[in-house]
Amino acid sequence: MTASPELVQLLTPEGERVEHPDYDIELTAEEVRSLYRDLVLVRRVDLEAVSLQRQGELGIWASLLGQEAAQIGSGRAMAETDMAFPTYREHGVAWCRGVDPLYLLGLFRGVHNGGWDPYEHNFGLYTIVIGAQTLHAVGYAMGVQRDGAETATIVYFGDGATSQGDVNESFIWASVTNAPVVFFCQNNQWAISEPLEKQTRIPLYKRASGFGFPGVRVDGNDVFACLAVTRKALADARAGQGPTLVEAFTYRMGAHTTSDDPTRYRMAAELEAWKLKDPIERVKAYLFKNQLADQAFFDKVDEEADQLGRDTRRRCLELPDPEPVAIFENVYSGPHATLEEERDQYASYLAGFAE
Amino acid sequence: MTTLTLAKALNEGLRRSMEADSKVLVMGEDVGKLGGVFRVTDGLQKDFGEDRVIDTPLAESGIIGTAIGLALRGYRPVCEIQFDGFVFPAADQIITQLAKMPLRSLGHVKLPVVIRIPCGGGIGAVEHHSESPEAYFTHTAGLRVVACSNPADAYSMIQDAVRIDDPIIFFEPKRRYWDKAEVDLSAPGLPLDRARVVRQGDDVTLLAYGPMVKTCLEAAAAEEGRSIEVIDVRSLNPLDSGVLAESVRRTGRCVVVHEAPVFNGYGAELAARLTEMCFYHLEAPILRVGGFSTPYPPSRLEDHYLPDLDRVLDAVDRVFAY
Repeated sequence: MTASPELVQLLTPEGERVEHPDYDIELTAEEVRSLYRDLVLVRRVDLEAVSLQRQGELGIWASLLGQEAAQIGSGRAMAETDMAFPTYREHGVAWCRGVDPLYLLGLFRGVHNGGWDPYEHNFGLYTIVIGAQTLHAVGYAMGVQRDGAETATIVYFGDGATSQGDVNESFIWASVTNAPVVFFCQNNQWAISEPLEKQTRIPLYKRASGFGFPGVRVDGNDVFACLAVTRKALADARAGQGPTLVEAFTYRMGAHTTSDDPTRYRMAAELEAWKLKDPIERVKAYLFKNQLADQAFFDKVDEEADQLGRDTRRRCLELPDPEPVAIFENVYSGPHATLEEERDQYASYLAGFAE
Repeated sequence: MTTLTLAKALNEGLRRSMEADSKVLVMGEDVGKLGGVFRVTDGLQKDFGEDRVIDTPLAESGIIGTAIGLALRGYRPVCEIQFDGFVFPAADQIITQLAKMPLRSLGHVKLPVVIRIPCGGGIGAVEHHSESPEAYFTHTAGLRVVACSNPADAYSMIQDAVRIDDPIIFFEPKRRYWDKAEVDLSAPGLPLDRARVVRQGDDVTLLAYGPMVKTCLEAAAAEEGRSIEVIDVRSLNPLDSGVLAESVRRTGRCVVVHEAPVFNGYGAELAARLTEMCFYHLEAPILRVGGFSTPYPPSRLEDHYLPDLDRVLDAVDRVFAY
């Protein structure tokens, strides 16, 4: 993957700034350092989560390794009032929205099913059944239209999801309602073991034209380009220009989840090639080359990352198991006779063991 | 008092709901200009505008999925699924997303979405237009499931459904849409989660909901010699089991009637639960009358499939034969 007319790239894998006629971005040194810091920190949290799973502390984990730029770039493009709808891998976007990583770990540890307040963070719950959240995003955007608000909605999904009926339905609904929504597809090339060609015979961003709205492919490992492209798409949505499909062309460097073994279906050479396009190394190179950060800065970020990793681990291990009767809570908005009966029966059954 | 068909009573109820709360939306296929294929939403788009009465793309998963998003934004969508057999493309959005999201958010999210479904047979329709899919939804925690059986209930129940913060499957007996009755538009109805004794009796309890309530009332009126109590269950989940159990303990006999197949149908839950609650009062096992354990038949055969007055009374005879 090199820069081409159909791929928006603003920072090469070697850390060189390049221009693009339609998308450009002015970033202060402080902003670039801040992006770098986010990239490093979310990778560190992700690494800690993988380790925790390997040690039996999480049931499973879906790693974002390799997709940090797509998530931090798009996540940082959002205005505070914009609303995001994630899959189950948007740990970087969650970070940008101020969701404590402990919630994500709690989900994969089995303490709850997410449980953060979507309204507090303007970040929806993780969605595991593929593509369902795209319709929620369009509905939310239809609500925004009715409110007359200048708010954009962004929804995340992967290359595999583009085969789902819900995703295609959401494209249609967004198109005919001109909904203020950005479809952010992280094409990480693999849907568990199935390569992109099992899902499509045209580039994914080109799907948008068939639905009647613009599509753009961006270097998903380039945080500058992801930020610039998403920022424009969100601004267009807020300005009443309707939906945009952004295809962030990236690569899933790790397994689909910790239960997966990618050596069974993909070549090591492919991974090696993508290592050279690492989303963090290029920002580091850019900062170095342009003397926007010194070694002390990088050391400090690394130290902060390690501290975050340690804290995340400690707090994860301290997460208490919920009380058994929590099973019955929040199923309905108020009391429910059958659930109350079952809860009371089970509570007294449990109490019987104490005697 | 006003004389209304069941369809018109729903229409009036929806109108009141929309007047009372500007966040209430109506959405579905053909609900706007056409007023719905059964005209339940007739005139609403004209009076409330296209932003509040939305003719949607022809995509059931999309209807429910976007309704979830609208509810997340603070709206109260009332979705119409055009026919019972068309609800299954939306199954993931209903069962996996709508029913579970409030719980998954630990209560931060409320999803006040009403899904109206014309249900049941008896109108000579082509396949997939006559089904009774209630058991799929009563089996899904997080959903409320209700069924109206008459115009007055239709009018009050739809307004209650719109007001409540839980997702609700709202079944409408399509062959009763044109039944007329007096409706008091100013009287408060029975709360949504309550069952109603619609005919008092001493010897046997008939339990029904939706289209079969009328059939059971006709059977009770036709019966000579035995005094039949008929209860309209109204709310399938949550279930007002106290009212049902009180009746069954008193009569000692019970027959459950629904159009859906008997095998693993909602009647199985009623029979099992009431057997537990009323065991020492029962003179006979609780019997079930319903559709056969087959797909809904072609319409020329539907009179054989659907419980009618005679099949209900046959079950009454059998419950006395123990």
